[in-house]
Amino acid sequence: MNILSSKSRQLLLGPFNKNNAILVQILGICSALAVTAKMEPALVMGVSVTAVTALSSVILSSLRDAIPTRVRIIVQLVVVSTLVIIIDQLLKAFAYDVSKQLSVFVGLIITNCIIMGRVEAFALANKPWPSLLDGAGNGVGYAFILLLVAFFRELLGSGTLFGVPVIPGALYRWGYANNGLMILPPMALILVGVIIWIHRARNKELIEQ
Amino acid sequence: MNKESNKYTFLFSVAMVFVVAILLTLVSTGLQPRQNENIENEKRQDILRSVKVNVSREASREAFDKYITRQFLVNSSGEEIPGDAFAVDPGKEIKKTPGERRLPVFIARVDGTTKYILPVRGTGLWGPLWGYISLNEDKNTIFGAVFDHKSETPGLGAEITRDDFRSRFDGKTIFEGETLVSVRVEKGGKAGGPHEVDAISGGTITSKGVEAMLKDNLTCYESFLKSLP
Repeated sequence: MNILSSKSRQLLLGPFNKNNAILVQILGICSALAVTAKMEPALVMGVSVTAVTALSSVILSSLRDAIPTRVRIIVQLVVVSTLVIIIDQLLKAFAYDVSKQLSVFVGLIITNCIIMGRVEAFALANKPWPSLLDGAGNGVGYAFILLLVAFFRELLGSGTLFGVPVIPGALYRWGYANNGLMILPPMALILVGVIIWIHRARNKELIEQ
Repeated sequence: MNKESNKYTFLFSVAMVFVVAILLTLVSTGLQPRQNENIENEKRQDILRSVKVNVSREASREAFDKYITRQFLVNSSGEEIPGDAFAVDPGKEIKKTPGERRLPVFIARVDGTTKYILPVRGTGLWGPLWGYISLNEDKNTIFGAVFDHKSETPGLGAEITRDDFRSRFDGKTIFEGETLVSVRVEKGGKAGGPHEVDAISGGTITSKGVEAMLKDNLTCYESFLKSLP
C-alpha cells in the first residue's frame, strides 16, 4: 500500500530523527524558545505548525505547475499567511482559551522557517501526497522537540506538567525550590543545545568535520 | 500561455489576491458573531470572578443577570450619566482626559451584601492589562480582584492572572483616612501593610503596571467612592 511504502515512511518519520528540523537543520529555534515555558502552549503551537506545514505543502504542491517561478516566494508567503490567519480565527471562535494563551505566537507561525523551508525545498518539486507526508512529518518532529523542551522547563521551573503540580509538597518542605531560570528564554536555548549534543553523540555521522 | 511571461505572472497574482481576499472575508464574517460572543461572555465571567462567583463561560450570561443587580456609568465627579455600562470599552475611555471619561460601575448582590465592581485598565510590559476590582459596601475594602493581559510573558508577568496573586488583594483597603492611596505592589516579599501586596518575582514591570493601573483608575472613581451609597 502506498501509505506504508518505505519512501513514504521515510518522508513521514525521517524528521523525527536524522532529519529533524530543530536538531539537525537548526530551523524554528526562535519559536522553540518562546513557547516552551509550559507544556500546553507548546502542544498547541506544535499542532498548529503541523497543520500549517502540511496544508501549505499540499496546496503549493498542487499549484506547483501553475505558479510563475519569479513570484513563487510571494505566492508561498500568501498561502502560508492565509492559513495562519484562518487558524487564528478558528482558535478565537472555537478554542478561545488556547488562543489567548498563544496570543502573538499564532501570528508568528508565519515566520517559522520550517514552513517556508519545506515548501521551497520539497513541496514545489514533488506531488501533493509526498508533500503532505513531508510537511506533516516535519511539523510533528518540531512539535516533539517543543514538548521535550517544555517538559523539562515546566517540570523544573514551575513544578507542574500541563498546569498540574507533580512535585510532591514534602520535597518543598525539605528545601527544594523551583528553578526560576528554567522559565527564562536562555534556559530554553541551553536545553535545545543539550538535546542537540545528546542527539549528535548518538548519531556520529551528523557531526561536522 | 507562457508560464514565465509578464502577463501570466500578473494575471496569476491578481487571481490569487482575489481568491485569498474572498476566502478571508468569508472566514472573518462567518466567525465574527461567535468570537464576539466569546469575548462578551468572558467579560461577564471576569466581572463575576471579581466577586468570587466562578461560572463557566457558557453559563456566564445567565449568572450575570442573576448576580448583577444594577449597572450604570458615572463621570469623574461621581455623577451618574446615561449610557450602557457593559458596552463601554475601558480601553477607549483611558485615552480620553479624566474629566471626559465614562466610568462603568457594576453593582452585585452576593450572599446578601452589596459589592461595587469597577473595571480597571493599564499597561504592562508588552501590552495592555485590564481587570475588575470589587469593593465591599464601605467602598474601601477590596473584596476580590481579577486581572488579565494581552501579551505578558508566560510564567513571569502572565502570572498576574493566577489565583494566588489575585487573592493577595483580598481585604486590602484603598483609603488611608480621607486620602486615596490605592494598593502598592512591593518587591521582595516584605509587603504586610493594608495598602500593599507582594509583587511577582521575574514580573516586576508587569507588577508595577498593575500598581499604576489601580492608582490611575481608582483616582478617576475617587468622587464616586467618597459619595454615600
